[in-house]
Amino acid sequence: MPNKPDIAYINSRLIDPSSNLDVKGGILTRGSKILDLGSHLFNPDLSEETIMIDCQGHILAPGLVDIHVHLREPGHEHKETIESGGKSAAAGGVTTLCCMPNTNPVIDDVALIEFIQRRAREAKSVKIYPFAAVTKGLEGKQLTEIGMLANAGAVAFTDDGLPIMDSQVMRRALAYAKAFDMIVSQHAEDLSLSGCGCMAEGQMATKLGLPGIPDASEIVIIERDLRLVEITGGRYHVAHISTAQGVEAVRKAKEKGLQVSCEAAPHHFILTDSDVGNYRTFAKMAPPLRSEENRLAIIDGLSDGTIDAIATDHAPHDQESKRVPMEHASNGVVGLETLLSLTLELVNNGHLTLLEALSKITCEPADLIGLKAGKFYKGAPADMVIFDPDAEWTVDLEKIISKSKNTPFEGRKMIGKVNRTIVDGRTVFKQEA
Amino acid sequence: MSILTNDMSFKHRHLLGIEELSENDVSNILNLSERYIQLNREQQKKHNILRGKTLVLLFFENSTRTRTSFELAGKRLGADTINISVSSSAIKKGETLIDTAMTLNAMHPDLLVMRHPNAGAVNLLSHHVRGSVLNAGDGAHEHPTQALLDALTIRRHKGHLNGLIVAICGDIMHSRVARSNILLLQLMGAKVRVISPPTLTPTGIENLGVDVYHDMQQGIDGCDVIMMLRLQSERMQGSFVPSTREYFRFWGLDRKKLSFAKEDAMIMHPGPMNRGIEIDSEVADDITRSVILEQVEFGVAVRQACMELLALNLQKEG
Repeated sequence: MPNKPDIAYINSRLIDPSSNLDVKGGILTRGSKILDLGSHLFNPDLSEETIMIDCQGHILAPGLVDIHVHLREPGHEHKETIESGGKSAAAGGVTTLCCMPNTNPVIDDVALIEFIQRRAREAKSVKIYPFAAVTKGLEGKQLTEIGMLANAGAVAFTDDGLPIMDSQVMRRALAYAKAFDMIVSQHAEDLSLSGCGCMAEGQMATKLGLPGIPDASEIVIIERDLRLVEITGGRYHVAHISTAQGVEAVRKAKEKGLQVSCEAAPHHFILTDSDVGNYRTFAKMAPPLRSEENRLAIIDGLSDGTIDAIATDHAPHDQESKRVPMEHASNGVVGLETLLSLTLELVNNGHLTLLEALSKITCEPADLIGLKAGKFYKGAPADMVIFDPDAEWTVDLEKIISKSKNTPFEGRKMIGKVNRTIVDGRTVFKQEA
Repeated sequence: MSILTNDMSFKHRHLLGIEELSENDVSNILNLSERYIQLNREQQKKHNILRGKTLVLLFFENSTRTRTSFELAGKRLGADTINISVSSSAIKKGETLIDTAMTLNAMHPDLLVMRHPNAGAVNLLSHHVRGSVLNAGDGAHEHPTQALLDALTIRRHKGHLNGLIVAICGDIMHSRVARSNILLLQLMGAKVRVISPPTLTPTGIENLGVDVYHDMQQGIDGCDVIMMLRLQSERMQGSFVPSTREYFRFWGLDRKKLSFAKEDAMIMHPGPMNRGIEIDSEVADDITRSVILEQVEFGVAVRQACMELLALNLQKEG
């Protein structure tokens, strides 16, 4: 069988945030790897066998990396599957994602890591790396076999969806995971403070007559955890950070030299609690949409580097989980297909440069988790996205590829559109003309 | 019949811990123990050094090998031995412990061997009795005769302690054996490493002068002696390690991990062993490497030596 021909992606604005590269150029791939890249490939003279793909002057960047995705499989396949979530990711320009372990059964055993890996291979879409649970069954009591799970391929640990409330368990998790150089990612929420709250505490919740969740619910857990990081020397990550004071606590911890990181979700730097509007359950998630002050603090955290990554917290839910009163609605929004455009809003609004913004969804999260992704160099996996940063589109529930349509961005005008997504040299998504 | 020579002076009234011993004290105990090893291998094992003396074995914690070893040591020296086992649940208040001590004291015991689940309890007892107290283990604090018998076993195999690299592996947090061994081995010039999961590594242990490792292969690399500790699940409240299979996978001594030590590295374990948890049977039973049964044998000799040295002081006091 003859080798597959090389593919050249030419006539592009070639961007690699990890090396601050932003030139007119192109990339030549052979099989699953990048063979060559640079401005000499903008309009190259290559052998006839080489397949040429014209990027039409659009941006050619490393495939996006999303380190916080709920794929819902196993257990909730009516909301999303590894296959459908992979397709949604590909449509959003995401070539590498990390899936969360709060499935049924919970990903707390080596056999389940292997299940995810097998299903990801079968789906043949994007690269999927599982986070494993910190505690058995997400019960917050007994540590999982963190060493064996890490050896099997778990890339980080979290009980996401639930916090680790018990301080002793959290201390031991941080200490124990350190032996394997593994991150413990926390869903920072004091459940006793959140109570039955279903949106951010404040004027809006008061007006709507809904029980509120105070900012302190997140802050007290982050501040507690940072003290545990100090005594354990563990690696700690705050998932979906959403409060100004939470960001400030992480900022101070980083100044102290602690191994601390955090991520923010697009909805937390785009929307506020006022977007809950008329009891819109699609705007219900955990942590909740918060005040404008908090939203601006997330943007500040992204621009000064306190927040390492933008991650979607893609949380698919079927209609039945959302077509209920606010207090009964499930938490979460889908996000894979809106990640790029919403991130680019930070650029269009002048908060971040294009390179800074892209680094938050490529090389920075990849480096944090230790994934071989999000960067261009010779020999790198040919994981790429081609997108038009100026193309406009409108979020249309009908066109969402994810199995679930629960987005608060319905009808929103977006700027920046994915044309093509390439994983290991294979095109896994191509925008219809 | 004393087998003591004049240079063997021992100035302690009790043996509460390695912490109070000097290098010379340890050498004296080990040298005297050597002679008892020989005597214990003869047909006639009984001597009269402690004849007329009363030895009380007071155990507030279950023990088979340590209690038997002390009892045998006392009997071979000719002492009258009595066993008092007190279930720890019966003793809940400090006053009760002291009351027990006072009661025993009234019976004029000469030597009191005591084990207690709480650190410092043996020390407390020693303030309330006239006889000599031997610590047979207090909580996670000290177990001096175990460290002495370990040192004797190493010295007999390697000829010396000075300069050896000794790795103490496993549940350091709950181990009195580890603490006594760290003190004794360093006192005698050995280099000590501790290898344990971070959750079983006591805070500040590096300040005792040891090198701390979490990775077994790195920690074992180049070691002369590997001392395995029992995973003390009964002392654990909550989740220190995820499971015994994960513990064995990363901190259990097996052939593969052993291969990183020196070729003639010896394997020790204070017992009782959890086979398949901290040690693989294949290496525990390897008579070319494992000295676990010798440790038991030498334990009796070490305890005889300690009792004799303490009894000598009692005689001086008259």
